[in-house]
Amino acid sequence: MKKNILKNSGVQSLLASLACVVLGMFIGYIVLLFINPDGAGEAIATVMKNFLTYSRADTQAKYLGNTLVKTAPLLMCALAILFAYKVGLFNIGAAGQYCAGAALSLYAALAWGWSWLPCMLLAMAGGALLGTVSGLLKSYCNVNEVISGIMLNWIVLYLTNMLLTNVKEVASPYTVVLADTNPRALLPSLGLGALFNDNKYVGLALPLSVVIAVLVWVVLEKTRFGYELRATGNNKNAAKYCGMAEKRNIILTLAISGALAALGASMFYLTGYEQWQCTASSVPGMGFSGIAAAFLGGLHPIGTILASFFIQHITAGGAYVDKTMYCAQISDLIAAVIIYLCGFVLFMKYAMNRAIDRREERAIHKAKERSAAQADASDEKGGDR
Amino acid sequence: MDTPYAIEMLHITKRFPGIIANDDITLQVKKGEIHALLGENGAGKSTLMSVLFGLYQPEEGTIKKDGAEVSIKDPNDANALGIGMVHQHFKLVECFSVLDNIIMGVEPTKHGFLQKREARQRVLALSEKYGLKVDPDALIEDITVGMQQRTEILKMLYRDNEILIFDEPTAVLTPQEIDELMEIMRHLASEGKSILFISHKLNEIMAVADRCTVLRKGRYVGTVETKDTTMEQLSAMMVGRSVNFHVEKKSAAPGDVVLDVEHMTVASKAHKNNAVKDVSLRVHRGEIVCLAGIDGNGQTEFVYGLTGLEPLSAGKISLCGKDITHASIRRRNVMGMSHIPEDRHKHGLVLDYTLEDNLVLQRYFEPEFTDKAGFLRRDNIRKYAEKLIEQYDVRSGQGPVTIARSMSGGNQQKAIVAREIDKDPELLVAVQPTRGLDVGAIEYIHKQLVAERDKGKAVLLVSLELDEVMDVPDRILVMYEGEIVGELDPKTTTQEELGLYMAGAKRDEVTV
Repeated sequence: MKKNILKNSGVQSLLASLACVVLGMFIGYIVLLFINPDGAGEAIATVMKNFLTYSRADTQAKYLGNTLVKTAPLLMCALAILFAYKVGLFNIGAAGQYCAGAALSLYAALAWGWSWLPCMLLAMAGGALLGTVSGLLKSYCNVNEVISGIMLNWIVLYLTNMLLTNVKEVASPYTVVLADTNPRALLPSLGLGALFNDNKYVGLALPLSVVIAVLVWVVLEKTRFGYELRATGNNKNAAKYCGMAEKRNIILTLAISGALAALGASMFYLTGYEQWQCTASSVPGMGFSGIAAAFLGGLHPIGTILASFFIQHITAGGAYVDKTMYCAQISDLIAAVIIYLCGFVLFMKYAMNRAIDRREERAIHKAKERSAAQADASDEKGGDR
Repeated sequence: MDTPYAIEMLHITKRFPGIIANDDITLQVKKGEIHALLGENGAGKSTLMSVLFGLYQPEEGTIKKDGAEVSIKDPNDANALGIGMVHQHFKLVECFSVLDNIIMGVEPTKHGFLQKREARQRVLALSEKYGLKVDPDALIEDITVGMQQRTEILKMLYRDNEILIFDEPTAVLTPQEIDELMEIMRHLASEGKSILFISHKLNEIMAVADRCTVLRKGRYVGTVETKDTTMEQLSAMMVGRSVNFHVEKKSAAPGDVVLDVEHMTVASKAHKNNAVKDVSLRVHRGEIVCLAGIDGNGQTEFVYGLTGLEPLSAGKISLCGKDITHASIRRRNVMGMSHIPEDRHKHGLVLDYTLEDNLVLQRYFEPEFTDKAGFLRRDNIRKYAEKLIEQYDVRSGQGPVTIARSMSGGNQQKAIVAREIDKDPELLVAVQPTRGLDVGAIEYIHKQLVAERDKGKAVLLVSLELDEVMDVPDRILVMYEGEIVGELDPKTTTQEELGLYMAGAKRDEVTV
């Protein structure tokens, strides 16, 4: 039997992701139709176009740069989610760990005048610590990591607001401008900014996050450590049975996951692209969008690179929707619908597999009937002679 | 229409993606007969019963009740047609009384209030009529497994079921309870009930059934009158070849002590008492010791304590003279303890890993399979897996890269056996190593156990299967309620004597 290309898991993931994107766009379109049928088609096109809305090439490059700046932290959050997920853990605490990363890197940069590298390392340590708390609770007290993660998210949010209030501007709730206060803490540009029409926010973060994505893949797939982690994730009883330190692995996984998310935050806030708003009443959505990016990327580290870019692409694109026809929140709504549908990748894959199996079975059945019919026919011929 | 058959399943075909679970199967059960359904695991017995129960819709074939074609779309239809089933794992509410369990779902009510008095009278009348002794007010959790089974039977009778299906009913019973069950079944049949008895135990089928339908690999093999056939014939029909029932082995030559367990006590997770109480035993080089007993008498917890999956609350374990009471699982494994676990899906395999990754599950950390930098040596793993697959005849769709989940139970078990034996252990702990396997695989695994013994290894076998307990070991230790209550010599003891010990009716003081 010839090998069905649709059976290849990589191809399947890609197709399933694409199907989700299309479905998400379609449902987004329907929502827009309900709100205001006149501009729906154009609005969806705008969301998809994002930076291409601009006609001049250099402006396009600049805004593509902005999307990429936001892609790096999302990719890190997606990797954090993915890493834990491979070990059978759902690190919803990534949002809080991201928040902690923002707090520590900004505070170290603004209050202590540290340069970017130690700021980054401090953020990672903070995220890892938070992950460890969830990990310890999970392995020794059997507290579900989702529960402890959500609670820690809130604790961390208010600690972050408290801490960063010390370095905020007098007249606004935002932290002081990084580029003015401590330019040493800005991530080096590596000359990448020049490629995007001198977008000063583009720099180290993007290549670093891609390298880390590859690294995560190597660790999970090629090393003994990854073998143990995936075994623990697939069947923790079997992991225990064959003598893996499954408690240690759970703690370590959540610590690494936390460090990845927090590193993502430092990659974002140390570009100076955004200041922290000290009156924030919820953790940044980055950690949660990371869940969508991880699933849309087919739970593959390399896939998440593309998925993260796509999600930031439509989120940014949403900002260009005609505000005279739709209210300001429409961009978030459309992006949210598409992101929500992205979570259906696994379901799409399942549905595809079912369809393939059924078709193959039918083919086999038919082939059998045909050969039986042929056999009958040849019997008859024999009888004639 | 007049027909001798109570229920007929004619030319049933049921396909699942990738396999044909039932391929043109015909099963006809006469009124008032005990009809056995025999087949190995995966032969399609469960699927056929699910079709009868309306859980699956067959692609082809018809079902007739008393000669008239019926359509069974869901279990309610089956119930309405008088088809009832005693599942292998009882469906009872533990903290309810026997009576409450029997009337559950068909409670007699008046103005919304329960009318238990009528129900009780009916239940008592039924238990009188069919000789099913139970106390209607006892709680399920307080009564024996045999009584629970009788409750399940009464449940069917209370619903006026005419066709009674027993799904491997003897698996959880002692030999004495099995005899009683057979008596009950004969009684039910003589009262006009039709009984469908699913089993893969030939001796029970020969003892109680009138006719027997055999399935193999989803196909119908034949239906025979048990009085005209022999066990050998039935097993040949079931397996497709003749099978050696007896394990060929030389007499044992025990050497030094390998495993020495002293006063082991393990707490229970299910109740307040200890699951294992002050157990001491020794296993020597070159012998197979069998820990026998009915399921749930502390064998599982004993093995957990021995292998390190659960902590001991008291006692001491030595392996080859070294104290391993507090050693980690990895340490025990490295020191020469191999463990074929009771539940191959829960403990034995990472089902979504490939076969090769599962075959190195106990050795992946050795320098042969991991280099100094912590990277896996994929080439070596592949070579090693290919060697084991060849040597132990593990069959799978795609060789080393087959996902373990897609393999048959027998081959999954063979993979585990290969992995644990190839580790060259000092002590092999094999817990129900043949559970759910077909006769051919059982024969193979028994041979492997004996071969390990002959190589001078110590083998501790934990088994619930009476035939296995009588056939394989050199020494039998019977466990009852967490204690060792007897040591028997399989050469001189009988199944009846074994049964008395297993049921707690007889006990000796056993000294190590």
